[in-house]
Amino acid sequence: MVAMRGTLKGRDVISINDFSREEIDHILKVSDGIEKDLDSKFGLLSGKILSILFFEPSTRTRMSFESAMYELGGRCIDMGPTELTSVKKGETFSDTIKVISKYADVMVLRHPSDGAARYASEISDVPIINGGDGTGQHPTQTLLDLYTIKKESKLDGANIGILGDLKYGRTVHSLVYALSMYGIDMTFISPPDLSLPEEIKEDLDDKKISYEECDKIEEVIEDLDVLYVTRIQRERFPDILEYEKVSGSYKITKDILEGGVKEDLIILHPLPRTGEIDPDVDDTKYARYFLQTKYGVVVRMAILGLILGGFE
Amino acid sequence: MKREKLRVEPIKDGTVIDHIMSGQALNVLKVLKIKSPSEETVSMAMNVSSREMGKKDIVKVEDRRLEKGELNKIALIATNATINIVEEYDVVEKYRVSVPKFINGIIRCKNQNCITNMDEHVVTRFKVESKDPLSLRCVYCGSRTSSVEFL
Ligand SMILES: [Zn+2]
Repeated sequence: MVAMRGTLKGRDVISINDFSREEIDHILKVSDGIEKDLDSKFGLLSGKILSILFFEPSTRTRMSFESAMYELGGRCIDMGPTELTSVKKGETFSDTIKVISKYADVMVLRHPSDGAARYASEISDVPIINGGDGTGQHPTQTLLDLYTIKKESKLDGANIGILGDLKYGRTVHSLVYALSMYGIDMTFISPPDLSLPEEIKEDLDDKKISYEECDKIEEVIEDLDVLYVTRIQRERFPDILEYEKVSGSYKITKDILEGGVKEDLIILHPLPRTGEIDPDVDDTKYARYFLQTKYGVVVRMAILGLILGGFE
Repeated sequence: MKREKLRVEPIKDGTVIDHIMSGQALNVLKVLKIKSPSEETVSMAMNVSSREMGKKDIVKVEDRRLEKGELNKIALIATNATINIVEEYDVVEKYRVSVPKFINGIIRCKNQNCITNMDEHVVTRFKVESKDPLSLRCVYCGSRTSSVEFL
């Protein structure tokens, strides 16, 4: 799908890097307008259809998009689990995209391969929203992360720590690129084997963005305005003992927070969590991860509305 | 001079690619998608003495005028190659190749998880971010590479 520059109508949402800071700010502003007056937005996308193509499961991303579409009066059609469909019968990915793009006004795609969404956007008749492809990009997650940071803390001049698996975590890669458009100090906290890929660091260096890396959260937490926690997956470790040792030392607990943090620190997590944040933290004033989920629907409403021309 | 002629006969019509870095002639054919058995008459000379280059390779493709876009891909592996378009034994056009802005096909993406390595219908596409030193970025997965690996 090829759209006119300067407007978001008809645009694909493939990578956060395809958007200028002005465009991102605009999406966040529209999101804010929706959040303030949710009820008046119903019906803006009536008659519009979102098709949902998930080649790997992600219940939350799917439900968040469905919720956003229904809130605007639109409808969704879901390809369902790929095992049951023609994909398993040997249909090529490109054929699947070509066919499904005839059924709907916009499509959200999730796929295990890097670059699948970009490719789909080249052959689809309707705009494609990347719901996560491979270890690459997950732009709607990034936009909702930015929205949460903006609403609950600040974007310009904030000191943001990103903790966990920074090597394979796709939400992290998207987020780092987005934050690099704002005047933000970034601190990357991870086990040495799961640090941010060299390639992304080179891109930051090219943009003259300074950042810090460390492997102990205790050393940096007191300076942070935002702590973004991600999952460390067991599959990344050859043996369970090593995994338990590592994941244990990257766990956020009440004890760590009582060791001294900024008054207005906020803690985010893309969810689902598997133990990186102790449930005791949920009741503290720092926790914002459930709110983040709620903002996700608002931001996806903004994206769908802008792409389909429901909002300017 | 006479010996040189024996090695690389002049052609009547077609394309002569000269000043190919020694050892790259076969890769040049690969880039041009000239495979055996080919429709064209192709002759190659390898390790020819050259005043400027020491040793060089030469490729001649008869009765085919190769397109500039196609030929520029050669610059990826042979920066200094010169192209001579021959008509009726005369060189009617001569130029040096230059690296194009985008390269479609021919190169493999090194990222194993890239969609271009998953679905054979997806043609690879790289943006040339820097010519010297060479730096390419996969349009699909975004990964960067500085050395080319042919498909
Ligand atoms: Zn690639």
